[in-house]
Amino acid sequence: MSKARASLTRTSLVHLALISYAIISVFPVFLTLINSMKDRNAIFRNPMQLPSPKTFDLVGYYTVLGQGDFATYFQNSFIVTVASIALVLLFGAMAAFALSEYRFRGNTLMGLYLAIGIMIPIRLGTVAILQGMVATGLVNTLTALVLVYTAQGIPLAVFILSEFMRTVSDDLKNAGRIDGLSEYAIFFRLVLPLVRPAMATVAVFTMIPIWNDLWFPLILAPSEATKTVTLGSQIFIGQFVTNWNAVLAALSLAIFPVLVLYLVFSRQLIRGITSGAVK
Amino acid sequence: MGSLQLKSVRKSFGNVDVIKGIDLDVKDGEFVIFVGPSGCGKSTLLRIIAGLEDATSGSITIDGTEVVTVPPAKRGIAMVFQSYALYPHLTVKDNMGLGLKQAGAPKDEIEKRVAKASAMLSLEKYLARRPAELSGGQRQRVAIGRAIVREPKLFLFDEPLSNLDAALRVNTRLEIARLHRDLKATMIYVTHDQVEAMTLADKIVVLDAGVIQQVGSPMELYNKPANLFVAGFIGSPGMNFIEASRLGITDAKTFGVRPEHIALSRDGGDWQAKAVHVEHLGADTIVYLESDKVGAFTVRLFGEHHYAPGDAVYATPSSGQTHRFDANGQAIR
Ligand SMILES: Nc1ncnc2c1ncn2[C@@H]1O[C@H](COP(=O)(O)OP(=O)(O)OP(=O)(O)O)[C@@H](O)[C@H]1O
Ligand SMILES: [Mg+2]
Repeated sequence: MSKARASLTRTSLVHLALISYAIISVFPVFLTLINSMKDRNAIFRNPMQLPSPKTFDLVGYYTVLGQGDFATYFQNSFIVTVASIALVLLFGAMAAFALSEYRFRGNTLMGLYLAIGIMIPIRLGTVAILQGMVATGLVNTLTALVLVYTAQGIPLAVFILSEFMRTVSDDLKNAGRIDGLSEYAIFFRLVLPLVRPAMATVAVFTMIPIWNDLWFPLILAPSEATKTVTLGSQIFIGQFVTNWNAVLAALSLAIFPVLVLYLVFSRQLIRGITSGAVK
Repeated sequence: MGSLQLKSVRKSFGNVDVIKGIDLDVKDGEFVIFVGPSGCGKSTLLRIIAGLEDATSGSITIDGTEVVTVPPAKRGIAMVFQSYALYPHLTVKDNMGLGLKQAGAPKDEIEKRVAKASAMLSLEKYLARRPAELSGGQRQRVAIGRAIVREPKLFLFDEPLSNLDAALRVNTRLEIARLHRDLKATMIYVTHDQVEAMTLADKIVVLDAGVIQQVGSPMELYNKPANLFVAGFIGSPGMNFIEASRLGITDAKTFGVRPEHIALSRDGGDWQAKAVHVEHLGADTIVYLESDKVGAFTVRLFGEHHYAPGDAVYATPSSGQTHRFDANGQAIR
């Protein structure tokens, strides 16, 4: 990117824009973090102030962790998110491979049909989904959430991954066929490693909405045993009194697992082993 | 072991006919080269032979066995691609051994064959490296090695040298010629490059628009082109074509003579002409001429000659080395 004569003003303008965007994005997170460590009065009196020895108070964290069930909530969120991502990636990649690799009747139509899922929000179908889950006895199970999130994530995954898979060299796949690799081996051993950066992108895009979702946990799995973190935090938000310390602490804690997942995937984003495959 | 027969092979993509009925016989141990302009269906034909693409109709026989329904890995072929197509996550050794491993060959057998192939191609030093850590020429040698290890009945090459620079191309070309001598295997080779075609081939197949124009040894094609297309395609600079009526020839439509079969003289000759442009290549001198009688034509002289643009010269086609073509472009003999 470093053009020899990229003008200094231009570069600094770009950086200025990026930096301000970064600050705007990170600020709420920062505010949540600092206020989660202050006592209740300080949160309201000086919300912008960093915790000082006088206002420092971990009461929120005690409340959340003392609640006992929070470990379960975290576990639920984690299971649902990881399972959904895994399924989205697996099925999304397989569908993308079929669409990009094979010529068959209805190929384009199938691609369009899957793409429609990107434009129509899955929440429109909530009533039907709930009826289906009730009929199959899946209400109040994590399976229900995993199924819904998988369905929600697949269209975008197919869309992004099939574009990337079209760029994988035909010669490489053909070399595999001549060497006797099955179509599954070609998919898992040749194509998937080459589209790993795209898979990581899809994983990140899929993960965030799932982790943050309140809607489906509330409707499909509100039982104590299946609550997710986002839903679990709601007990601190009352109609009349809200335990802000606890809410902020719960939110702060909820950042970390998702941060870890993000770091895992973004490492994949950067690592590329494509070079040297073809020319 | 290693003969190939194609019988009226056709291929259409949708309603576009790409291969329009190809019949071809390749004998065991032959080096056959497909040449033709870009888009004429060379790669498609090669992929059909490999089984990577289904023929729309026709039959393909390798070693006397009909293979139309046989998957690529079971056809006893190996293919070298223009883009190398090495497995990026495997070492050179594993790249070469994968085909055998998939076929269930014992480990020491794989080991032995990889060692033999890498010795042939001087790749021993690189066996533990990944493709990304090799130069272009080394990568192409690995790709060739991967083909050798399979000990196929039939080698298929799709423009294997076109990604290499000129010097490397000559070396690798010699290497392929040597391999063909050593392995005595049947090879089918696609190329754009005239020199590759003329130097490597036992038999050249000239394709145009999905149809075979002529099959023959390099010298047959050079000396006795069957039609205008082959005459113009083989040889560089290309053959001069002159309307026969301008020369007073009545039993042909087009008169052809290769640039190297015309003599130039300042004193006298058949066609009076003026030099327009001269290229000095050291070993050759190429003179572009304009003549009132025959129009523009090219002459190739061996060695250095001191002609300059504007010089008035006489050109004389050497008798016995001229060609005549009828109204359909077919050669008249
Ligand atoms: N999958 C495909 N779908 C439709 N048309 C195709 C397909 N593959 C090849 N073609 C067409 O078939 C024709 C022959 O292609 P092919 O790749 O065999 O040409 P080629 O002779 O190898 O050319 P080049 O010398 O440029 O490699 C081309 O016109 C191409 O557009
Ligand atoms: Mg080609």
